[in-house]
Amino acid sequence: MSHIDFDIAHLLAGLLVLISFLELYQDRLYALLNVYAAHALVLAASVAWQAFIQDAPHLYVTAIIALLFKAIVIPVALHRIIVRLGIHREIEKVVGVGTAMLAGMGLVALSMVIMLRVTHGADPLAREDLAFALSVVLLGLFMMVTRRNAVGQVVGFMSLENGLVLAATGAKGMPLVVEISVAFSVLIAFIVIGIFLFRIRERFDTVDVQVLDRYRGERR
Amino acid sequence: MTFDALTGVLLIPATAAALLAALPGYRATARLNVVATTLTFLCALSLLFRRPASGSYLLIDDLNATFIVLTTFVGFTTSAFSSSYIGHELETSRLTPPFVRFYHAMYQVLMFAMNLALVANNVGLMWVAIELATLTTVLMVGLYRTHEALEAAWKYFILGSVGIALALFGTILVYMAARPVVGEGLDAMIWTVLVKRAGAFDPLLLNVAFVFLLLGYGTKVGLAPLHAWLPDAHAEGPTPISAVLSGLLLNVALYALLRFKMVLAVNSAALAPGPLMVTLGLISLVFAAFMLYRRRDIKRLFAYSSIEHMGIITFAFGMGGPLANFAGLLHMTMHSLTKSAIFFAVGHVAQVKGTQRIADIGGLTVTHPVLGWGLVLGVVAIAGLPPLGIFMSEFLVVSSTFARAPLLAIVLVFGLLVGLAGLFLRLNSMAFGEPHGPAEKATASYAPIFAHLAIVFAAGVYIPPALFAWFQNVAGQLG
Repeated sequence: MSHIDFDIAHLLAGLLVLISFLELYQDRLYALLNVYAAHALVLAASVAWQAFIQDAPHLYVTAIIALLFKAIVIPVALHRIIVRLGIHREIEKVVGVGTAMLAGMGLVALSMVIMLRVTHGADPLAREDLAFALSVVLLGLFMMVTRRNAVGQVVGFMSLENGLVLAATGAKGMPLVVEISVAFSVLIAFIVIGIFLFRIRERFDTVDVQVLDRYRGERR
Repeated sequence: MTFDALTGVLLIPATAAALLAALPGYRATARLNVVATTLTFLCALSLLFRRPASGSYLLIDDLNATFIVLTTFVGFTTSAFSSSYIGHELETSRLTPPFVRFYHAMYQVLMFAMNLALVANNVGLMWVAIELATLTTVLMVGLYRTHEALEAAWKYFILGSVGIALALFGTILVYMAARPVVGEGLDAMIWTVLVKRAGAFDPLLLNVAFVFLLLGYGTKVGLAPLHAWLPDAHAEGPTPISAVLSGLLLNVALYALLRFKMVLAVNSAALAPGPLMVTLGLISLVFAAFMLYRRRDIKRLFAYSSIEHMGIITFAFGMGGPLANFAGLLHMTMHSLTKSAIFFAVGHVAQVKGTQRIADIGGLTVTHPVLGWGLVLGVVAIAGLPPLGIFMSEFLVVSSTFARAPLLAIVLVFGLLVGLAGLFLRLNSMAFGEPHGPAEKATASYAPIFAHLAIVFAAGVYIPPALFAWFQNVAGQLG
């Protein structure tokens, strides 16, 4: 593998982590969706680059799905849902920007320490890819924890999913799973959008998960 | 492709799902649901005797044959219970016909997904199947569209997806570990290949992979502290789904863990998965046992009891060795049968009393003797009193632990006793005491409840030598 191939793959994966950080502190839903669309766009570029350097044409399918569904269809759909629900106000966050950034840095450091230590046998590209992918996964998880709004949680979950796709494409020659997992992420996104948000709207007139908590069976 | 029993357990539920989604009418579809699960069960039984060859996607061996027979059997009895349960829900118009049609189709999709997870030889395919099972159960938990049901479904969806995502990361790491040894492509995800060649895998990578898999699939098993979705999902979904969740889906997730544990066991340099599983198992057991005391909802009560028992089973498999594995397998079988029988009874109880609140259910043995005593018998069984099957398996777990790690055994026995007392405390007010609530006659199907309890009772008294030998054989393979 030539040096430039590695550098570009590295750059794109690193960019993905950076955008995950940007997602962490967006306090408006529209802005959050735009950043998520950028996240998916970078993922698509990264997957396409992997397809090119690994000479694995089936990965282009994954890249196109990431581009069309994750970067365009889902953000647009969520955008419309937000408009229809009239919730384009600020997102209440559980932790502040500073704390979120520090915790995010801690998570990235953690994933670097873990993945770089255990993968010294693998080739350098796959190593770094996995380390970045784990960072994206952990940041996505962290975002799901810190958001109370259902839309915010879904975006957190989708960026987590992006991290998984990055890992799967970085693992050279991994069969089947890329296509299937992408198909599933689309399915999940549709289920979330279609069923939950509309049903929640029907029943609660809010998508704030805190309100849902009140209905916990134990407190009846 | 020729038709054999292996494709049968997948094809029958898949076809039935498509049919049930298309056909209207409650009575015919409920019957079709039962017919489909019966056929699937018969196919699964035939796997014990004649086994089709395993390929690179599907696999059948002693371990998963045991799981498949158990899954399809409970799936079959649950469908029988479900037809009377859903009939009542239609009468009281808690459900409308379109939702019932959706429910029946989803039931078969769930059976398909669980069977696929069990027969998958490809770790990626297994992951997909478990994901599919999660999604279908999410949809079913939210079936009633009440506040509570939606909240439970949302929580289950979020936590389940996070678990599933971590499991996928673990699966990718396993592939990474296998790739340098096995080579690129499909082979590096085939379980039979992995277990043969795992000795040469990078142990560090395998360790990290197992931690992710344990957290991921452990969420689906309902191990504390990853169990938060489980009580809500059990309490708010339709009761047949609670029975299938507790009795089957938790087992399927545990099965996935066991498969990966077997891969790690081959590699002597990798960490021993046992202690991790033992720790999580014990935490779940003790935590859930204490949680039993403050439950006010009858289905939540038994959901916590499921966490407790999954803890015991995980503990037993974590200890490993022929005896503990045998005890774990037996306990898993007994727990599936007993817990689903309890949920059948609980479903009818909640229907006749019109509530799930323990405080509003009283004197069941007076108002509904058959149902009440069925519940009592079920709780006696699940609490682990002799001479029923769970006593046998718990006794085996405890005695095998005492021989190897007396300190752990003390914690184990402590948890068991706390759980037993908690269950009886709650049962006392429900089954005996002042009868209140409506006393109308129940239109229940008692056959599934008592069929399960009869098997559990029989297993406590006498296990046929053939079954004993079979379990011993599987326990030996688990290592």
